[in-house]
Formats: sequence, structure tokens, C-alpha cells
Amino acid sequence: MENLQKLIRYYFNYSVIKDALPFLLKGAVLTIKFSFIAEFFGVIFGLILAIMKISKIKVFKYPSIAYIEFFRGTPLLMQIMFAYYALPYIGINLSGFFAGLLALSLNSAAYIAEIFRAGIESIERGQIEASRSLGMNFFQTMRYIVLPQALRRVTPPLTNDFIILLKDSSLLSVIAVVELLRAAKEIATWKVNPSTYTAAAFIYLLITLPLSQLVHYLERRYKIID
Amino acid sequence: MIKVVNLHKKFGDLHVLKGINLKLRKSEVLVLIGPSGSGKSTFLRCLNLLEEATFGKIFIEGVEITKPGIDVNKVRQKIGIVFQLFNLFPHLTALGNVSLAPQKVLKMSKKDAEHSAKEMLNKVGLSDKINSFPAQLSGGQKQRVAIARALAMNPDIMLFDEVTSALDPELIKGVLDVMKSLALSGMTMVVVTHEMGFAREAGDRMIFMDDGIIMEENTPENMFNNPQNPRTKKFLEAIL
Ligand SMILES: Nc1ncnc2c1ncn2[C@@H]1O[C@H](COP(=O)(O)OP(=O)(O)O)[C@@H](O)[C@H]1O
Ligand SMILES: [Mg+2]
Repeated sequence: MENLQKLIRYYFNYSVIKDALPFLLKGAVLTIKFSFIAEFFGVIFGLILAIMKISKIKVFKYPSIAYIEFFRGTPLLMQIMFAYYALPYIGINLSGFFAGLLALSLNSAAYIAEIFRAGIESIERGQIEASRSLGMNFFQTMRYIVLPQALRRVTPPLTNDFIILLKDSSLLSVIAVVELLRAAKEIATWKVNPSTYTAAAFIYLLITLPLSQLVHYLERRYKIID
Repeated sequence: MIKVVNLHKKFGDLHVLKGINLKLRKSEVLVLIGPSGSGKSTFLRCLNLLEEATFGKIFIEGVEITKPGIDVNKVRQKIGIVFQLFNLFPHLTALGNVSLAPQKVLKMSKKDAEHSAKEMLNKVGLSDKINSFPAQLSGGQKQRVAIARALAMNPDIMLFDEVTSALDPELIKGVLDVMKSLALSGMTMVVVTHEMGFAREAGDRMIFMDDGIIMEENTPENMFNNPQNPRTKKFLEAIL
């Protein structure tokens, strides 16, 4: 009984959460903003990487493979810390926000590249052959035939990836970016009460739930069309 | 118009075409028959460079298209191909399917491309389907859109690879009619088909291919009534 009371006092403390809410929401806005920007660059760069990896030209293909393996094979936290603490030594001084943006964009590009690659490769060979047989070149075929079809198929996995990115952005708290988790941490330290973490977790859930519902909806819809 | 000299194609160790020699005059309609796996599709695909010949040469109007460094997109513009499984672009309407390549490759304006696409679709009897997506069309209609799409590039040569074999019997006639009128209009055509009616009516010459080799070349009449090669005979008996 006493333990339960403690649990409620430390982790579900209403007055602490209520006071912290404006600050937490500010952190949440930053989290969302940041995630959208990182996803935006990740999609553009990921698409380029995917096309490089699919191409038969070695100077495109192999650097892309190496890049993807590197960023998927090393911890994101280390990539973030490297961008923030190590880059200044070669003259690149980035604020926490931009160092984090760099690391997360480059990292998510690697995952997004694989999503695009799978989407592009899922387009039947016959589509590409029909396009090429009409005299359209590789890029025209990609632009007008393959990508419009692939884009539909990758929307659900891409949204999934965005959910992961959104949660991963909490790693920015280690380089002093006051996103949602960092906001929770600062108040928790100040009030000596970790209830703000509970609130932050709940806010993450509020953001991601609609997104995962969207994934389910899209998956069902494309199943009907295909 | 087309000259093929000692054409070989290998897929790894698999020797699919073993020295094809062939000449085709302008406006000639060549019908190609042969058992499944004999290399008919591979041969057509070599003609428009969807497959690269392993050995041998192909000339179109005196120009060697098998030379390394040739502009394959230019060559393909002049050689239309229609596939067994249509391969229509599912995200585009019939009009979009037909008018896309003329815009992107021939740099026609959207208005001009759509205008001539409508004429093409009209020619194949689909003027009421221009805004339909492939999923809303029957197999026969899809195949006619595919023919219109190839014709929209204004090719000199048309290749047909078993274009009716995936169709329900009642839909075959519409497609064959389009092909017959195309033959009458003077198009140079290479047609892989087992529709013997079409071969008799529209074909100028027939080739029986087996195991990557041209076994017999004959007029349609003689091919059916008086085949020279025992393997031709056996094959025709099996399919007729
Ligand atoms: N891309 C390819 N890779 C490997 N083998 C192939 C490929 N395309 C065709 N083949 C093989 O070549 C042979 C001839 O095929 P194809 O030209 O499609 O014959 P047909 O059209 O007369 O039925 C078959 O054994 C087939 O498996
Ligand atoms: Mg075939």
C-alpha cells in the first residue's frame, strides 16, 4: 500500500505534471518539427541512395552500399555524439539542433534507402521493359513509371520509419537539445520527481498513435487495390 | 529492312539462340511459331535490344544496331513491341498510357500527344475508354491499349509476342482484327502467335523455330499443308 502511494507520488504526480505541461508541450513541438525536417532530408537523400544502389554502375552502387551498411550498423547515439563533439575539430561547429539534424537525417536516409529500394524492386520487370521499349531512358522510366507506383507501396513502411525517427529524436537529449525527453528530464531533476517522464511517454504515444493508425489504413487500402 | 546475321544468345551456360539468320522486307509480316522455350521471345527481345545479343549482328535499314555504343533509346523508338501480359502502366489511364512516351521521348506537347493518342485509341476501337485505368479494362481491351501505345511512337516495325495467348477466347478476335488491319496498312511485323487463322490471312512468311534454330521457313500455305521438316509436322499436329 505504501509502495503504491510512492509509485503514484513519483510517477503519476498530477500537480507536477500539470505545472510542467506547458514546458513539455514546447518540447513536443520541437520534437515534431525536428522529426519532420529530418524525415524530409532523409527521404530525399534516401531516394538518391536507393537509385544509386539499384544502378549497375559500380561507382554509384558500392558507395551507396557502404554508406547504408555503415549508418545501419553503428549506434545512432554515437553518430549524434560524433556530429556534436567531434566535428568541431575539423572546423564544423554545429548547434545541438543542427548536429542532431545532420546525424538523424543521414541515419534515417540509410533506412529509407532500403525501403525505397524494396519498393522500386517490387515493381514488375514488365513495367520497366514496356517503358524502355517505348524509348524512354532509365531516368524517365524511374520518374514516370517506377517511382509513382513504388511511392504508393512505400508509404506504409515510410510512415513506420517516421514513427521510429520520432522516438529516436529523444536521443538528442544527450546533446542538450530541449526536445520532449530533455524537457521532461530537466523538470524531473528540478522538481526531484520523475512524473514528467510518464507525461512525456504519454505525449509520444499521442503523437505516434494516429500515425500507426494511418499505416494500418494505408495497408488495408493498398491490399484492396493490388 | 531487318537483317539478322548469325545471332546467338546465351544466358550463362544456357544457349538459347543458336545462329539465327533472317531477312525481312518492308511491309512484310513474318509469323514465328515454335514450342515453348524454343527462344521466340528471346529473339524478339534481341530485335529491340531488350536483350543484348551474345554474338552476331542485327541491321535495321542498313544500320547495325548491335554495335556497342549505339543509342538504344533511338533504336527502340522505331521498333514497337507488344507483350503477352500487356504490361500497361496501372497508374495511368488508357490515354496516359498511350500519350506518355510521345511527350517524354518525342517531346510532343501534351495537347498534341493526347490528340494523336485519342486517334490511336479510336483506331483500336477504344474511343469510349480513354479515361479508364487498366484495372477497369478487359484483357482484350488492355491488349489493344498496349498496341495503341506502341503505335503512338510511330514505329517502323512492330513486334508481337503471343499477344492473344493470355486472353479469353471471345476477346481474341478484337485484338487480331487490329493486327490484321495494321498488316494491311503496310506495317512491317514480326508476330509470335499460334493463331493459325491470323498466320494464313495476314502472314507473308512463316518460320518454325525449335531449340534456338530456324527449322523451317515457308509460306503459310505450305507450312500448314506441306511442311518439309518432320519436327514442324509434329509440332503443327500437336497444336492444330
Ligand atoms: N532472362 C533470362 N535468363 C535466363 N534464362 C532465360 C531468360 N529469358 C529466357 N530464358 C530461357 O531461354 C529459353 C527460351 O525462352 P523464350 O525465349 O522465352 O522462349 P519462348 O518465347 O519460345 O517460349 C528458356 O529456356 C528460358 O528459360
Ligand atoms: Mg515466349
